[in-house]
Amino acid sequence: MLNPELTQAIFFYIFAAMVLGGAILTVTRGSAVHSALFLIVSLMGVAGLYLLQQAEFLFAVQIILYIGGIMVLFLFVIMLVNLDQAAKEKQFNGQWWIALVCVSLVGVQVFYFLSKGSGKFKIAQPGILPANLTLGNTERLADALFTDYLLPFEIASILLLVAVVGSVVMAKKRI
Amino acid sequence: MYPITTAHYIALSAALLLIGTVGVLTRRNIVIILMSIELILNAVNINLVAFSQAFHNLNGQVFAIFVITDAVAEAAVGLGILIALFRNKETVLADEVDLLKW
Repeated sequence: MLNPELTQAIFFYIFAAMVLGGAILTVTRGSAVHSALFLIVSLMGVAGLYLLQQAEFLFAVQIILYIGGIMVLFLFVIMLVNLDQAAKEKQFNGQWWIALVCVSLVGVQVFYFLSKGSGKFKIAQPGILPANLTLGNTERLADALFTDYLLPFEIASILLLVAVVGSVVMAKKRI
Repeated sequence: MYPITTAHYIALSAALLLIGTVGVLTRRNIVIILMSIELILNAVNINLVAFSQAFHNLNGQVFAIFVITDAVAEAAVGLGILIALFRNKETVLADEVDLLKW
């Protein structure tokens, strides 16, 4: 019988490999369809990380909304827009030195972390467990969303309405 | 290498953010640039959920829901703009759209 911490670590590294490998292949593949499929692998890894951290509602939202919604939208647009011409051309522009400058700052920190090991860092003190822990993740999330965050929730719904109207206006040939 | 702490999640999220940034800055295809933006938003979400779990506080997960909402709105409008652009200019390469450049 494996101990729980080791099991959690094994699953963390599997999901992290999915996330990072999928992301690297997403930004390096030439074909947009291949990029979209590897992005799905990466998003599924992120969903697994949510499940590992007991965020079950976000896990479901990630699967349904990202993989089922956004990625289908991406694949539809790839079908609609003729990408054959673009796939034959140069895939990278000449901005690699700007990317290098932007990345090196955080990249040095990541390498420092990896070389020192996680035991050397104390991020924050863990919080105290809340009283209503008998409720599940989804119930507690709904409590927070419909009481403390009611106004941002309604504003988000208006944002989605604006996005729907905006995308229809953009994509339609003549209004 | 174990137990897995919040620091592991932060390092993973930083690496994902870097990969997404490289994608946004170096790719020419607008579809793949939009996908890299999705990677960056996912890196933010990993961070939010990790701290939410560390503090036993659900506010981080509520913010992750709002980030996902923004990602959906951004993808919908961005792909609408892409279709309009392809109809007018017959290109999906970002550096061929240079009317405002001097």
